[in-house]
Amino acid sequence: MSKTKKSALVLSVDTLGEGITQIWLSCKEVASEAVAGQFINAYCNDNTRILPRPISICEIDKEEGKLRIVFRVVGSGTDEFSKLKEGDSIDIMGPLGNGFTLKDEPAIIMGGGIGIPPMLEVAKQLTCEKTIVLGYRDSLFLKDEFEKYGKVVVSTEDGSFGTKGNVIDAIKENDVKGKVIYACGPKPMLKGIKAYALENNIEAQISMEERMACGIGACLACVCKSSQVDAHSNVNNKRVCKDGPVFYAQEVEL
Amino acid sequence: MNTPDLKVNLAGVTLNNPVMTASGTFGSGEEYSEFVDLNRLGAVVTKGVANIPWKGNDTPRIAEVTSGMLNAVGLQNPGIDVFAKRDIPFLKKFDTKIIVNVCGKSEQDYVEVVERLADEPVDMLEINISCPNVKEGGIAFGQDPSAAAAITRAVKKVAKQPVIMKLSPNVTDIALMAKAVEEAGADCVSLINTLTGMKIDINKRAFVLANKTGGMSGPAIKPIAVRMVYQVANAVKIPIIGMGGISNASDAIEFIMAGATAVSVGTANFVNPYATIEIVDGITKFMKDNGIKSLDEIRGCVK
Repeated sequence: MSKTKKSALVLSVDTLGEGITQIWLSCKEVASEAVAGQFINAYCNDNTRILPRPISICEIDKEEGKLRIVFRVVGSGTDEFSKLKEGDSIDIMGPLGNGFTLKDEPAIIMGGGIGIPPMLEVAKQLTCEKTIVLGYRDSLFLKDEFEKYGKVVVSTEDGSFGTKGNVIDAIKENDVKGKVIYACGPKPMLKGIKAYALENNIEAQISMEERMACGIGACLACVCKSSQVDAHSNVNNKRVCKDGPVFYAQEVEL
Repeated sequence: MNTPDLKVNLAGVTLNNPVMTASGTFGSGEEYSEFVDLNRLGAVVTKGVANIPWKGNDTPRIAEVTSGMLNAVGLQNPGIDVFAKRDIPFLKKFDTKIIVNVCGKSEQDYVEVVERLADEPVDMLEINISCPNVKEGGIAFGQDPSAAAAITRAVKKVAKQPVIMKLSPNVTDIALMAKAVEEAGADCVSLINTLTGMKIDINKRAFVLANKTGGMSGPAIKPIAVRMVYQVANAVKIPIIGMGGISNASDAIEFIMAGATAVSVGTANFVNPYATIEIVDGITKFMKDNGIKSLDEIRGCVK
């Protein structure tokens, strides 16, 4: 699998909710190689912001050579991206990291907060029995799109929609069953999922995030703690960008 | 006119061109080999390696600042045994020079790694006495001229390859440090390492980096680095590897005109994975456009 850094054409920019931006990019070199769960590095046009922003791929359209990214505006870089217009261009590098290993077994697809977008491509590609569990703080986004691909169960922290609480509360309340969990979300959620998977003796593939610089495994900025001594680092650290971002839950310490 | 000659002589080692990678930004070259033909680099300077594996600092290890970044990786490395078995054979496949960056927490640590490398096919050693992100060793040796000289002497006693001492900018007088290591037998100096910095998240009322402080690099530090290379070039006779914010060929040529024999490209690799090769091509074009046959013609040309 090869990576490239290319200029991508912005096809559309939309707001999905408060502070959540969706961009469709045209970049056939990256789209043709991408798999569910991988990410791209997006580079700012303002060159005082030197580092790329790692952003997960929400949807891949290989036929049209398009990629969809959905991100939360959290700083000056993502703010710049949210102000892009149709017809603008943006440098991207990718696809980066290892994606999910999709299996033909009953699936629980779980996304929390801004960890929801990368789960859309998983939901789209998995053709087996599946339940989608989405955890929001309050306002919903992408929920209707997930509904095209399977049964959706929702939790909100404030209880304004679905189960009040988190994704694990939603699983329990709705008696969701499966053999493989695919998940992306904040660390406390992944911790809960790891414990749940262990208790129920099922597999969990979780996507991690960490502040990154290079995005390709060279700079060692984005490490997470690994359960075993890692073959590359020779210490209990794995690189989120290169060895992940998707890990089997038992591989990492949360 | 003839193709310009980009070859440079670094303490007896001939590099095909003056462009190398800055330690810690390029791993041991494997990751960037997907983007860059390593055969076209003057040298690859590896991530720092110690006598035993180091786990580095907690995360977050990185933060962006205006036109630069802070890092506090803390010299995570797999230790010399894994490095020698895996990374040196990988780099040997390419027609480039191998410079191994050596780190340690005590004089004995440095000496152990240097002894271990004595019979390995590496071209030069770069001794890191300037990392601001580790509590012991590292910068402690790089801020005191007599400590820097002592490490230099200890390493020189056992080294079979030419020794580069990597200097910290976090000192009052970098020329004094350069003179101290030159007198102690250093074959070469490289500068600058990162400048100690800090970033605070005002919403969280907390440090952005787990280590609180980090080393600042990137385009924002370049004028400081050029000034320090110029000062050192006027203080010592040994060759200088200049670095600090080099992003393009013009930046690299500035360092050469300030007195550097070779240049290292670090943070720019994160911004543009093709940066090193573009700099080699850009230097070649500058030489052609200006009728320069050898970099000797412009090195230290500003007086």
